[in-house]
Amino acid sequence: MKLIELSSINQYYGQMQVLSNISLSLEEGEVLGLFGHNGAGKTTCMKLVLGLLKPTEGSVSVFGGLPTEAQRRRALGYLPENVTFYPQLTGLETLRHFARIKGASLSQVEELLDKVGLAHASQRRVKTYSKGMRQRLGLAQALLGQPRLLLLDEPTVGLDPIATQELYQLIDSLRCQGTGIILCSHVLPGVEAYIDRAAILSHGQLQAVGTLAQLAEQVGLPAWIRVKITEPQKWHDHLSGLGHQVRLLPGRELEVAAPNGDKISLLRTLLHEGVSDVEIHRPTLDDLYRHYVICAANTGGSL
Amino acid sequence: MNIWHIARKEISDGLRNRWLLAISLLFAILAAGIAWFGSATAGQVGFSSIAATIASLASLATFLVPLIALLLAYDSIVGEDEGGTLLLLLTYPLGRGQLLLGKFAGHGVILALATLLGFGSAALAIGLLVPDVDLQVLLVSFVRFILSATLLGWVFLAMAYVLSALAREKSTAAGLALGVWFVFVLVFDLALLALLVFSQGKLSPALLPYLLLFNPTDIFRQLNIMGLDENASLEGVMSLASELPLGNAGLWLSLMIWLGVMLAAAHFSLKARKI
Repeated sequence: MKLIELSSINQYYGQMQVLSNISLSLEEGEVLGLFGHNGAGKTTCMKLVLGLLKPTEGSVSVFGGLPTEAQRRRALGYLPENVTFYPQLTGLETLRHFARIKGASLSQVEELLDKVGLAHASQRRVKTYSKGMRQRLGLAQALLGQPRLLLLDEPTVGLDPIATQELYQLIDSLRCQGTGIILCSHVLPGVEAYIDRAAILSHGQLQAVGTLAQLAEQVGLPAWIRVKITEPQKWHDHLSGLGHQVRLLPGRELEVAAPNGDKISLLRTLLHEGVSDVEIHRPTLDDLYRHYVICAANTGGSL
Repeated sequence: MNIWHIARKEISDGLRNRWLLAISLLFAILAAGIAWFGSATAGQVGFSSIAATIASLASLATFLVPLIALLLAYDSIVGEDEGGTLLLLLTYPLGRGQLLLGKFAGHGVILALATLLGFGSAALAIGLLVPDVDLQVLLVSFVRFILSATLLGWVFLAMAYVLSALAREKSTAAGLALGVWFVFVLVFDLALLALLVFSQGKLSPALLPYLLLFNPTDIFRQLNIMGLDENASLEGVMSLASELPLGNAGLWLSLMIWLGVMLAAAHFSLKARKI
């Protein structure tokens, strides 16, 4: 079943168009990374799914219906980008308050605080929490009532690398239980392994949607082979002569672009010669993102 | 159910930050002070009469109750917005109307309790300590006073929600709240007096008393002063009230209409607020 279906959304704030022809869907047990620069329209997309905004044109369907219905809202968890909660309440009181409104069982509250690593601070006032702790509280709040759909807006802000890894693992285990998740952020190192599909948003337009492999193929970004070699200058000239894209690096290193299909033959050629070290860099999400955003800028993708 | 959960948080906040305690104490001390020392200017110390006490209390409440109500509620919407919790709450199974009603129920209970505890304890003190006071008159005047003061407070709570839903920043809401207080408590009566003086009878005299209905604090004062014995002296614009062909019921109804209209306006501005 499709958890979310946005079809041909055009969204305006007054005269300004913030989203243009957005179609996007999310299946059960799928993690979608929604990436874009500040003001690209990520938060607007989230608000449409949450039913906080009505689409100017196009339609939004969540669990097969309008997102504003109470029953659907109970099955949805949302971590907003900036939430400071109520400074005078303790973490436990805060979470209980939200659990009551959501109609989630109160027995879940302590369990969730434990899960996000806040059990030790649950009796402290939120006023004394660090940014990362508030972020964890926000996450616990989003998980109230075992949502089938989770929207996370910049979930790793303020988290240290270990906590970030824990978050990713949590996302993974939720995915296995069939929860659909939208992860909305700037491109993050290490997020690739945890998302099924990426959607890249720039200036209100969807530049690309697909699995990382699909996107890499679509773009045709090459992998880069980096070798430590005895005569880099000679090889540089030789490979350039053959039409390869080659870069000389300090420390007698050489980098050769290997578009799809060329990788193995290139490696073979290089390994015949005095190569002492090899590294292969496949295009990362970061590279893809950069490519799409720069493309969008060059083709006048701004609205 | 959700209305109650929101209300419950407001009530527990009111207990936690000692708002309830502080307002109740303030009301009790001021009311007792007025009852015993209110006629000190006339050269006597001690309880004078129920009528005089209620008249002084009504003047006091006209200043204090709106101010307290506005202070209690001015940040209820814009404050939640600044903390990010308004956005979050609206993604919960909670409508904007429910949020507003929950806030109103919570603040309303705090205000009603403070009024009851504060002024009620003063009434109790008078009943117990003053020899041969007419208990029935005391009861009736204080019940009317406490109910109308609560209703007046609720009207200003609702006004605070309107401001809070309109303002983009907390400081703006605070400024607007002070402005509203200033207009209804101080400026309105002066403006009405000025109108009376400068119109020199050109305005239909039958119309003028109705202008008092445009200020809930004036309705409140009329309610309490008209309820007293006939020889209570009416000052300033209040003298217009004697020409108002509205009985007690009409005045109560007017206050309730104020409340209904202000709550509807608050609902409307909250609905229109961009999240």
